[in-house]
Amino acid sequence: MIDWIHFTPWTALGGGVLIGLAAAVFVLFNGRIAGISGILGGLLRPARGDMGWRLAFLAGLVASPVCYGLVSALPEATVAADEGTLVVAGLLVGVGTRYGAGCTSGHGVCGISRRSPRSLIATAAFMLAGFVTVYVVRHALP
Amino acid sequence: MHIVTALMAGLVFGIGLIVSGMTNPAKVLGFLDLAGRWDPSLAFVMGGAILVGLVAFGYARKRERTLFGAAMRLPTATHVDRRLVMGSLAFGAGWGLAGYCPGPALASLVSGGVKPAIFTLAMLVGMVLYDILDRVSAAGARSQA
Repeated sequence: MIDWIHFTPWTALGGGVLIGLAAAVFVLFNGRIAGISGILGGLLRPARGDMGWRLAFLAGLVASPVCYGLVSALPEATVAADEGTLVVAGLLVGVGTRYGAGCTSGHGVCGISRRSPRSLIATAAFMLAGFVTVYVVRHALP
Repeated sequence: MHIVTALMAGLVFGIGLIVSGMTNPAKVLGFLDLAGRWDPSLAFVMGGAILVGLVAFGYARKRERTLFGAAMRLPTATHVDRRLVMGSLAFGAGWGLAGYCPGPALASLVSGGVKPAIFTLAMLVGMVLYDILDRVSAAGARSQA
């Protein structure tokens, strides 16, 4: 059953196009994949000449709500998870994205755009795990 | 100049995440909850991004150098192995627990209070943990060889 109250096709599509444009700028000018986990993870293994663009990309990403806030009020965000769940989730996302060499941006957006079968399989795997986890948490546990 | 384009790309990426509603974990979980009241928005976000991405990466693939004349650094890995699948499954489980993936967590750091900060800190610990485990297993493989 579709949640017509929360479904926002136009802003979703518009925001998606912006994400695609950002990935386009990054690949055409910097020659790299806009994969957040890879850009962040690479900071933890510093290599020469490799820090500037990583820090710049991440600074832009972290500053984005400030820029958005200059034009319009930030949309509401609800985090239902408690602190303990957030720690477990963060650890899984940190370890998992590094082992899997990518996340929603690197595999999901850029990899599928490159028509990489490897990224398509990674995306299918994390989507499947996401669906199953939410099913278990919301519908299977008492 | 490549620092400026990296900054711009990060900024536009983050604004895209905010506009699309993906910085709201409740909305992400609404997509992952197939058995509940399903919010298909995330699929439209990926669809919009991939539509632009197909054109951009199609063009980038034909180029040997960036528009600034530097070398292209696109991924070369094509193999599908246990690391890829198990890692992605672990990532998806964490994603489904909190509703955060790396991009939206970082784009919520300065506006979202303490919760995205806790998630991000744990994610960084996880990444460091991977680096340590990876080094240990690489050293183990070398000593066996």
